[in-house]
Amino acid sequence: MSEAPLLEFSGVRAHYGPVEALKDVNVHIIKGEIVSLIGANGAGKTTLLSSIFGAPRASSGKILHRGEDISRLPTNRISRRGIALVPEGRQIYQEMSVEENMMMGTTPIGMAHFEEDRATMFDLFPRLKERRNQTAGTMSGGEQQMLAIARAMMARPELILFDEPSLGLAPLVVKRVFDVLREIAAMGKTIFLVEQNANHALKLSQRAYVMVNGRIHLSGESAALLDNEDVRKAYLGLH
Amino acid sequence: MQTNRLLTLAKQALLTFTVSLILFAPISGLVLEGFSFRNELTRAVLLAALVAAGRVALSLVGMTAIGRKIAGKAASNGSGVTVMTGKEKSPALILGLIFLAGLSLPFFADKYFLGIAILALIYCLLGLGLNIVVGLAGLLDLGFVAFYAVGAYLLALGAQYLGLGFWSALIIAPFLAGLCGMVLAFPVLKMHGDYLAIVTLGFGEIIRLVLNNWLEFTGGPNGASVPPPTLFGLEFTRTAKQGGVPLHDYFGIAYSADYKFWFIYLVLFLVVCLVVYAVERLRVMPLGRMWEALREDEIACRSLGVNHVFTKLTAFMLGASTGGLAGVFFAVHQGFVNPTSFTFFESALILAIVVLGGLGSTVGVIAAALVLTILPELLRDFAEYRVLVFGVLMVVMMIWKPRGLVRVQRPAFFPSTAVKGAGTAPLSASPEAVR
Repeated sequence: MSEAPLLEFSGVRAHYGPVEALKDVNVHIIKGEIVSLIGANGAGKTTLLSSIFGAPRASSGKILHRGEDISRLPTNRISRRGIALVPEGRQIYQEMSVEENMMMGTTPIGMAHFEEDRATMFDLFPRLKERRNQTAGTMSGGEQQMLAIARAMMARPELILFDEPSLGLAPLVVKRVFDVLREIAAMGKTIFLVEQNANHALKLSQRAYVMVNGRIHLSGESAALLDNEDVRKAYLGLH
Repeated sequence: MQTNRLLTLAKQALLTFTVSLILFAPISGLVLEGFSFRNELTRAVLLAALVAAGRVALSLVGMTAIGRKIAGKAASNGSGVTVMTGKEKSPALILGLIFLAGLSLPFFADKYFLGIAILALIYCLLGLGLNIVVGLAGLLDLGFVAFYAVGAYLLALGAQYLGLGFWSALIIAPFLAGLCGMVLAFPVLKMHGDYLAIVTLGFGEIIRLVLNNWLEFTGGPNGASVPPPTLFGLEFTRTAKQGGVPLHDYFGIAYSADYKFWFIYLVLFLVVCLVVYAVERLRVMPLGRMWEALREDEIACRSLGVNHVFTKLTAFMLGASTGGLAGVFFAVHQGFVNPTSFTFFESALILAIVVLGGLGSTVGVIAAALVLTILPELLRDFAEYRVLVFGVLMVVMMIWKPRGLVRVQRPAFFPSTAVKGAGTAPLSASPEAVR
């Protein structure tokens, strides 16, 4: 490894009560990379992602961000280090307007860059500009996903964690979401993507991890994984 | 078609008649006389028939065009939240008129009406305070009356032990009540919904029981008297009792007991206006937005970097402070406080104000506070049925307006020149909409 990783899981274990959800996980993400994590339902993908924010906290092992262990930090301090999460199922504020949702995204850095960043986001998502004074809950699933991404981007994060951004969206919209991810990566952001849609995820990312039952089962270049016989059978539905 | 309708009507009438007969038969059909019952079933049947007739009449109205229109309106009122367009006319003129009308009220109202107005404004304050906790931050607080009691007893006991006056109590009360809010908030930070409600209910009862049982300090059930207010050393009593000059002597006018109520009303009115302004400002500030975001989704909030401890504490403290302020006014208005004024019924009433008004809506809370204090006064003619009618009206209101009297409107924000072309162009004209 030539470069120090931006985020690194080293020997992380996490439990939900007596159930061990993460078993000695080692993952690293280098600045500027797109890394994806694929796996079946219940493999522990979302747990790995949310353990960065301390829900659940790692019961042993370290989560290093720029070389510092963040696994014991309060949640609100973690997002101030330039890590943003686009949560599974979007989790936008349904009853607040689109613009208020975006304002909430600025919480870690304050409102100083709000107008500039909003303009950038409105360029990226013209639909949000149209609907900026609409309650977020009245928008379509795809639009809500766009809003969740815009909200995360408002904090000017260095690293963005995406938890299943394609969940419950129509194929065309999924394609649009992945286009947006590509654009965001082009802005110089580091992306850690958790997906069940292995095909799209592997085509987007440079490196990928495959998770099975709380362990990292396989890892490597995405292109190589796309050709891997096991991966093709298990996650791509190809033979 | 016609027979179908008749059949439905008959069905409804029969069902209503049966249900009301079951209800009325034991209540008004059997009269206890010595050790036996007297049978008055005809009365119960008459009452049930009356209710059934009412039901049929309601259905008939519902079948006409006008009735359907009203029903449709009521139903559509129940759903969704609207965002302001920002093109609404500024309400400055109306607000100004209301402000002036409020200020000049004492010159028109008699003492009885002014007393009700003061009470209504006190409930406005309480409603606004609880609205921060329940309506904005979404923390169900059933013990809000505790902070009301803290404010009231601060003035009563402060005057007794420390020589505090109305003005100093008015300044200290928000801080002391806020401190109590913090004491309550720390242990309940991790609780939600029902569990939070139970703990706050307990807190309210603890405060009341302490006030009731700590005889040496609070005077227990005998209560404590509260000194009348002063204005820059001028007193509102006939003769000076607190070392000042009586107001009427100073200005050389005839004595009237009303001056005191005029004074309390005016100060209270200004404080309410100030609190309304503060709450409205808070809603468009990051802190207010964090409260509302926390109400909607705590997990999303924390991942966005919202400090949920700070956010919940501020909501509890600011709500409690407002409650404390209301307590001071209550004490000075009554001239006497005792624990029976701070029972769970008060908490429930304040909560009813917030819920009926529409959670989170300032205008709604004020309207509900006015309705819920003035209504029982208007219903005095009904004597013992007052609370019953009150309850029925509340049920009816909740059926027709399940989201409260006034629907919550989200504030609209407008891009300034930094956003290209979006500032002036109406939404429909933006290129994306045309495309």
